[in-house]
Amino acid sequence: MAKPRATHRAPVPPPAHRPAAAHVVVPKPTPKSFYGHGIPGCDVSQLTGKLIVMEGADGSGRSTQISRLVTWLEAHGHATVQVGLKRSTLVSEELSRAQAGNVLSRMTLSLFYATDFADQLENVILPALKAGFMVLADRYIYTLMARDLVRGMDAEWLRNLYGIALVPDAVFYLQVSPEELIQRNFAKNHALDYWESGLDLGLSRDMFDSFVDYQKRMIAQFQELQKIYGFTIVDGNRPVDVLGRELQHKIESVLTGNGR
Amino acid sequence: MKTFAELGYPGRLVAVEGIDGSGKSTQIYLLQRWLEQQGLKVFFSEWNSSELVKSATSKGKKTNLLTPTTFSLIHATDFADRYERQLVPLLRAGYLVLCDRYIFTAFARDVVRGCPPPWVRGLYSFVALPDLTFFFKAQLEVSLRRILEGRPQLKYFEAGMDLRLSQDPYESFRIFQGRLLEQYLAMSTEFRFRIIDANQRVEAQQTVLRQVVADQIPLAGYRAPNR
Repeated sequence: MAKPRATHRAPVPPPAHRPAAAHVVVPKPTPKSFYGHGIPGCDVSQLTGKLIVMEGADGSGRSTQISRLVTWLEAHGHATVQVGLKRSTLVSEELSRAQAGNVLSRMTLSLFYATDFADQLENVILPALKAGFMVLADRYIYTLMARDLVRGMDAEWLRNLYGIALVPDAVFYLQVSPEELIQRNFAKNHALDYWESGLDLGLSRDMFDSFVDYQKRMIAQFQELQKIYGFTIVDGNRPVDVLGRELQHKIESVLTGNGR
Repeated sequence: MKTFAELGYPGRLVAVEGIDGSGKSTQIYLLQRWLEQQGLKVFFSEWNSSELVKSATSKGKKTNLLTPTTFSLIHATDFADRYERQLVPLLRAGYLVLCDRYIFTAFARDVVRGCPPPWVRGLYSFVALPDLTFFFKAQLEVSLRRILEGRPQLKYFEAGMDLRLSQDPYESFRIFQGRLLEQYLAMSTEFRFRIIDANQRVEAQQTVLRQVVADQIPLAGYRAPNR
């Protein structure tokens, strides 16, 4: 099985938590399914692990929260694996190169991302779930769909495309206001990202305006997707600790089989 | 799905399909030469040839990293790139576009590999149909001989080894090509394939191709500008 890619960010100090008991709780298995036909030959009844997805814009705190959850889950005796967009062995390099050159048309980029997703689904996510791991996904198909929908792509086409995806055990969308996102992005990089600003859409020649406009559209799109996919919207404007505790609490009920 | 003509494009797209060794590449090359020599605007495009996607595809193939799903998606990515950046703009500009394999190759291969037909067709639902599709129908044994004589070393995916049909690459290739042929024949009516008897001599086949193209496409309207 592929190893999770090492994160290039500085490790987050472990959050204060009560010492875990020596007895490790075995998560209660819950029935799994695919959104559509799934992956040919995959038997979902063998997937004993849990798939937990964190969604949200750059700067919404996804990575920080995932890294805290990993520490917490491991302290409680659960094995974890992390996945995220553009991390596949198959196409991640080519995808980054193409994106840097900004030469791909919309449909191509969309299919390229879907290939990247499918590669990780089959080579990392499904084998890990079969081995009983807790899989933490830093973004999932919802970001990919939202980005394409904002760009006017056909919802039915996307739904068919992502019929390969496994329905996660829990999806958290960290919703942060565009204004707060800007402050966080500047605090981290002193710059806004081309794609996260939706510059390819030509919304505005001004990057700041484009960022705000684009992120508002993404938030609106996520709210639409929420109605279909029923994920949990979490207020990401709050302090890291407060948010972390809430996520832990929610994941506890996923592990005991009371979630979703 | 509609053809480019039905969608009002000034250009026309001609595709050739068939299993490996059916002689389709030779035929479309000869058709291309004939059209070019008449001074027409011609563009040729080959399956799985987008520069951007190529390195990922060849890496996946070399390391046997591809599954039926990723095999399907990476070829759809390749096709979308060529389609949106080359085929469609050229057809807008009134070109005769010749394609060695089109979406039917995906319809046949991906389905033989176990992807559900509605899913595969859905992936390509943004694509317009060719104005003419020639299907080169050869006896399976004749095609197999052509390939197996010329190139004894079969590639893993080409031989369908990923399907675990047989441990022997040659046997696997036979079974795989046979299944592809079945898929092609099953969609032949739906997509109005013009069936060419690929057991005939090269010249006889080319005569049919040229006649059909001349009958169906008013070639005089596709002259390249004088310079």
